[in-house]
Amino acid sequence: MAKKITKQVSTKARDVNTQKKIYVLAETVTKAALSGKEPIVSVPTRSRSNTIWNKKRGILEMGNATQDRQLFNLNQAKIFMQTLLHSGSIKDLIEADKTLSLRGMFYKGLHTVAGTKEKTFVDQTESDGILEDLEVSLTALREELHIFAKKAGSIVGNITLIDSGDEIDCRRMGSGGYAIPSIVEPDVIQFKKCEAKFILHVEKNTVWSRFNEDRFWEKHNCILTEGGGQPPRGVRRLLRRMHEELKLPVYCLLDCDPWGHYIYSVIKQGSISLAFESQRLAIPEAKFLGIRAKDYKACGLSDDVQIALNDNDIKRAKEIAAYPWFQGHKPWQKEIEGLLTNGFKMEVESLITKDISYVTEEYVPQRLKDKDWLE
Amino acid sequence: MVGKDAALMSKKQPKSGKSRANKSVEESSDGAAPRKGKNRGATAEEMGSRQRDISVSEFFAKNRHLLGFDNPRKALLTTVKEAVDNSLDACEEGGILPELAVIIEDLQPDRPATSKSSRYRITVVDNGPGIVRKQVENIFGRLLYGSKFHRLKMSRGQQGIGISAAGMYGLITTGKPMQIVTKIRSSDAAHRIELAMNTKTNRAEVTADAETKDFPPAKLRDVTAGSRSLAATDGFLSPKIFPTGTSVSIELEGRYQKGRGSVDEFLELTGIANPHARITYVPPSRESGADDEELLPADSVATAVDAGEVKVEVTSEHHGVIMFPRAVNELPPETREIQPHPKGVELGTLLQMLKEYEAAEKGSLYKFLQDQFCRVSASTAGALCEAAGATSRTRAGDVEPQQAEKLFAAFQEAKLGPPPVDCLAPIGVRQLLAGMLKGVRAEFYAASSREPEIYRGRPFQIEAAIAFGGELPTEESSRVIRFANRVPLLFQQSACSSFKAVAETGWKNYGLTQPRGSTPTGPLVILIHMASVWVPFTSESKEAIADYDEIRKEMKLALMECGRKLGSYLRKRLKMRREGERRDVFERYIGEVSKSLHHIHGADTREVYDALLAQAKKRTRQADQVLNEDGKVVKAEDPSDQEGVLVVADAIPALAQSDRSEVKDSHLEAKKPFQSANVNAKTKRGKVSANESAKIKKSKRDDDSPTLFEAD
Repeated sequence: MAKKITKQVSTKARDVNTQKKIYVLAETVTKAALSGKEPIVSVPTRSRSNTIWNKKRGILEMGNATQDRQLFNLNQAKIFMQTLLHSGSIKDLIEADKTLSLRGMFYKGLHTVAGTKEKTFVDQTESDGILEDLEVSLTALREELHIFAKKAGSIVGNITLIDSGDEIDCRRMGSGGYAIPSIVEPDVIQFKKCEAKFILHVEKNTVWSRFNEDRFWEKHNCILTEGGGQPPRGVRRLLRRMHEELKLPVYCLLDCDPWGHYIYSVIKQGSISLAFESQRLAIPEAKFLGIRAKDYKACGLSDDVQIALNDNDIKRAKEIAAYPWFQGHKPWQKEIEGLLTNGFKMEVESLITKDISYVTEEYVPQRLKDKDWLE
Repeated sequence: MVGKDAALMSKKQPKSGKSRANKSVEESSDGAAPRKGKNRGATAEEMGSRQRDISVSEFFAKNRHLLGFDNPRKALLTTVKEAVDNSLDACEEGGILPELAVIIEDLQPDRPATSKSSRYRITVVDNGPGIVRKQVENIFGRLLYGSKFHRLKMSRGQQGIGISAAGMYGLITTGKPMQIVTKIRSSDAAHRIELAMNTKTNRAEVTADAETKDFPPAKLRDVTAGSRSLAATDGFLSPKIFPTGTSVSIELEGRYQKGRGSVDEFLELTGIANPHARITYVPPSRESGADDEELLPADSVATAVDAGEVKVEVTSEHHGVIMFPRAVNELPPETREIQPHPKGVELGTLLQMLKEYEAAEKGSLYKFLQDQFCRVSASTAGALCEAAGATSRTRAGDVEPQQAEKLFAAFQEAKLGPPPVDCLAPIGVRQLLAGMLKGVRAEFYAASSREPEIYRGRPFQIEAAIAFGGELPTEESSRVIRFANRVPLLFQQSACSSFKAVAETGWKNYGLTQPRGSTPTGPLVILIHMASVWVPFTSESKEAIADYDEIRKEMKLALMECGRKLGSYLRKRLKMRREGERRDVFERYIGEVSKSLHHIHGADTREVYDALLAQAKKRTRQADQVLNEDGKVVKAEDPSDQEGVLVVADAIPALAQSDRSEVKDSHLEAKKPFQSANVNAKTKRGKVSANESAKIKKSKRDDDSPTLFEAD
């Protein structure tokens, strides 16, 4: 089925490992089937209940709970079939040494189930879920499965990268920046040269553009990244690698709302759905620079920037306050309390009401200078 | 063909029935001659000279609607009905498995399409014991002559009016006499007699009388293409099948139309209630008043229903000839004649009985009570005599009217055992199932037979059966088919006690929809049979059973029993359907899983597929037994394990569908839940189990002679 394309890059050791894992999965099912036992695929549970807060390491980790995917269960039969179908697709990808996007995988596995009018996948969401399951059950990273997500996130700054052999000078990226790929593992991306002293990560592209246009990274000798809201894995992994390998501190500039707090939490501790990857993604030392609840008064912002908290926001804020890693943390409790007391949210862009470049020329430099951040 | 059975003929002269009928006629003629003014001229003598006996026959000739000859369509039906009833009664009394041929010839096939009626010749041939020559005139030529009226014994006919009235109707409308051919010994020649009824004298006149070897009459085999073909292949009307018997032909003005209340329906229902009879029916070639000649279907392949070990041939059509096959091989149990029960007589009847007893035997009241009633012991008789203010020596003829009244009152208060019930011959659960199975194409059949009960001192017994699903229409109101002593009741449904019983039964409890105060809706046929020594009809034309509380209660109980079985089956079927869906889901993905495993692991696709499929089947069956639709653990129960239930698996839509899915060799296995054919050999009176599961096999009728239900 899969055309074997012999690339110059020989099949890497971890591909062999992944192939073996897939083979074992299929073998377990086959043996069960032939011996009349129930075919089961065991999948670590990806739910909040199976997420453990490792206080010592400061990250979220996945527990040991697993779920059995049974073929002979009405609710799981289709998922079981899809799991094996995607396993086969991944085998093909590894053999061909190619990667596919999540959407690509959806199409690869898509066909009509023999003898019916039913399609193997109703939509991409189903397919994505199966792939996340496969990651955890094969304990293989997505990139090891030769799958990538769509690109989201940009980088500029005093750093030179090598991406698949091409040299990327992040100082010369114009107004658009370099798009952070989904797979940023060392065999794809290497750091060649870095003068930067820290990383400023901003929530979204609009704010990032402001900083890039003002050449913030040049003036302050740093790296500027954005993750389009909640940063995808590629961005988080790159941040983590730069933080770890280049010893760069990470500062986050996010909105003053529960969503901003949550993004910070994900960067710092990891997320529930990707708890199994926290150890590769989380940056426990990441710092929250702003926007802070106190800034409304401290910066003398006008009433116009207020966005009222709705019920959902309040509920969410309280949930976040109850996260174990925020719970015993007084400054954070105070910060969330401040948000609730204010009764409104503030976006980073609200600082533009002061001056177009207020955020790049006064706000961030002052905070960095005062070491006024939350951790 | 003799309701008025040959052997018993000699002794009876109709007395009470005739005299009573005459009396009422005389009364009415008295009323019709009013005495008005003296000067009108009519003297008592003159009037007296005009007053004379009115023949019963003449009375009925003028009042034929009383007997079911109201219109040409009904006349045709009534004639067939009376002849068939007599034939079946005769065969059963003679201990012969009934073999009937009903032939209706259209004698004016070229009439204009607009004419509403036509002239028909109805011929009914049976293989009964035949009729002795000298009784032929009495049986067919006189009204109110018969063996059945005076007895408290279960039989189809009761009054002895039917066949002679039909003959008379024929004579009036066409002028043609009735033709009878009867043969009492296979070695002897048959008698061929033509009878014309003289309505004035209540006597038949023989217009032709000859001996003949031609029985059954050969020309009957040559009526239609279908009958010719059947005679050649199936021995239709061959002397072998009819060594003795009677053939009656009546020509009459009638109207043939299919549908409700038609001859076709009557014979269909007769077949259901009489599974021991085989009836071949040659219908007329076209309906009356129909614009086009009815296109008769070509040879339709007969279908045999194979209910486990039990195989039943179902009703089939052969070049327009309809065959109602025999489904059981034994005759209904013979019934005994019983004496009336004291609580069942009326005062007038009691007086009459006393008078007759005095005239015949001149015994004492004490002896009279013991002789003429059932369930009166010597001591009871003594007590009754005392209560009537008489002694045990008092002669029956000396009982004063006041004493008789006291005696009658004492009857009502006395503690007496119920009348004996061996006078009843219920159809039987197994036979009902067989009858329904051959006549109604459904998937589920249930039947129940109640124990005998008493109304007005007369024993009766109620049986019910239902057929559900299959080819029955789903949106319509269910069909109620009613029988009294195995005779179908076709008219006045809503006046009938049985219909009320159906409407009063809560069918919703059994998973059916039921509009308020009405019969349930759905693919359902409901059968109710009342067996009794005297069925209380609402009218002389015997169309509806009178609404006695005792009777209706029994009917409801029988229906509820069937309903419970149906409810249990429907729940089971729902479960089966869900299981089928589950299995479908599994089977759907197994193919993909096997392919993927082959792709990754190199496992043999087919081998893995088969292994998984086997597991899927096993699992869905296990789940089926363990859980009900609410997810609660229930005891495994298969409706076909119950008594009096029959399930035809192939007629179940969901299951049949899942069977069609790919794997053919596991065909039988998939059906296993229905094959738990544990033959239950319990034999209670009136409760014979036929808890067979069933499947329909399409087979050519000629290859498959019917295997009949084995006796338990």
